[in-house]
Amino acid sequence: MTIPVSIAINGRRYDREVEPRLLLVHFIRDTLGLTGTKVGCDTSQCGACTVLLDGAAVKSCTCLAVQADGAEITTIEGLADDGGLHPLQESFWNKHGLQCGFCTPGMILAAHEILRTNPDPSDEEIRHGLEGNFCRCTGYQNIVRAVRDAVQEETS
Amino acid sequence: MFAPEFSYHRASSIAEAGRLLAEHPGAKVLAGGHSLIPILKLRLAAPAVVIDIGRIPEMKGIAAGNGTVTIGALTTHAELASSEIVRANARALAEAAAQIGDPAVRNRGTIGGNVAHADPASDLPQALVALGATFRLTSPEGARSVAAEDFFEGLMTTSLREDELLTSIELPAAGPGRGSAYAKLAHPASRYAVIGAAASVTVAGGKCTAASVVLGGLTSRPTRAPSVEASLVGQTPSEAVIAAAAKNAAGDLGDDLMGDIYASEEYRKAVAHVWVRRALAAAAARCAG
Repeated sequence: MTIPVSIAINGRRYDREVEPRLLLVHFIRDTLGLTGTKVGCDTSQCGACTVLLDGAAVKSCTCLAVQADGAEITTIEGLADDGGLHPLQESFWNKHGLQCGFCTPGMILAAHEILRTNPDPSDEEIRHGLEGNFCRCTGYQNIVRAVRDAVQEETS
Repeated sequence: MFAPEFSYHRASSIAEAGRLLAEHPGAKVLAGGHSLIPILKLRLAAPAVVIDIGRIPEMKGIAAGNGTVTIGALTTHAELASSEIVRANARALAEAAAQIGDPAVRNRGTIGGNVAHADPASDLPQALVALGATFRLTSPEGARSVAAEDFFEGLMTTSLREDELLTSIELPAAGPGRGSAYAKLAHPASRYAVIGAAASVTVAGGKCTAASVVLGGLTSRPTRAPSVEASLVGQTPSEAVIAAAAKNAAGDLGDDLMGDIYASEEYRKAVAHVWVRRALAAAAARCAG
């Protein structure tokens, strides 16, 4: 059994026939070849697969592609709309908010979610907002600095 | 991980979902997917049919009127946590929802899916029992209401029949002198409740006139603490009175306790009173306003 879906990713609409059990993350990575979104734990804990669904952060390993039918998805590849870097990407670069980089796409989209719901978060609120994203290089300190830097860039 | 193969039906109304459920015995219902999809991926369930109810408009939204707050079963944890209506009328529920998982999980998980799944390490069941919630269940034969207290029967077991759909949840609106709160010991990695205590307290003339205290996380289903409640009613809810009352929680838990590698049964039973005390203190502090 396949189901027709029409999903917009980074502003471009894709019409595909998918198996109902296909996860959104596999639709993004394997069907469309957008490999910025990672599969980490595959159990909705690590956040490596975080994308924006109609603007809100979700874990794409715990969402079926058929559930995203008609939705607008933003992945790390589409966060900056002009081919440059989004302010959060700039801040992660400037503050060394990554080491191996595997968690970074999810971290940046989780940081985007923090700022969407709370434009001026405290360090504690940033840490709580990143609760669902794991960095195994132990780089949280610089990740929090990077998010705070992005807030300051926005407000300055 | 891939789920086993299933055929997929998308319902656009409660009536259509009811028809699909009747046509496909053994089908599983998909809302936000945050309970069902992990179960499918782990192959703990392999339903032939999945019925997606996630887009049914009649099952969305939060409304208040006639002394009742009605919450659509598709309301997400993020919506519960930020709803002014829920915060004003059922603070324990807003606090419980705000502590589930992480922001991305709260954007997808729904109140209906959460309670229908009835995971004992969840947060919403104990808050809903403490607040006196009623669940609205519908099937092609008609609708019925079940008190939250009677809905949860045991480990991942509820009174929801296979042909029924949980469509909404009703709560009594806040009354004068009533306050509620939720306090949780969260597992540090998973954020599941090791101990979750929900309290609703009513104070009139400086004395506690009603108290509802319900624990979860450490028992197979939400467990009421009647000795804690009884030792509060008629008393001035001071810090000392609350602490003494909370100490009775261990006795109310009985032997139906769950432990794991992180927190043993004995540990949970020994510290449960701390979370009961915190929930009661926060609830009592809100009674004035």
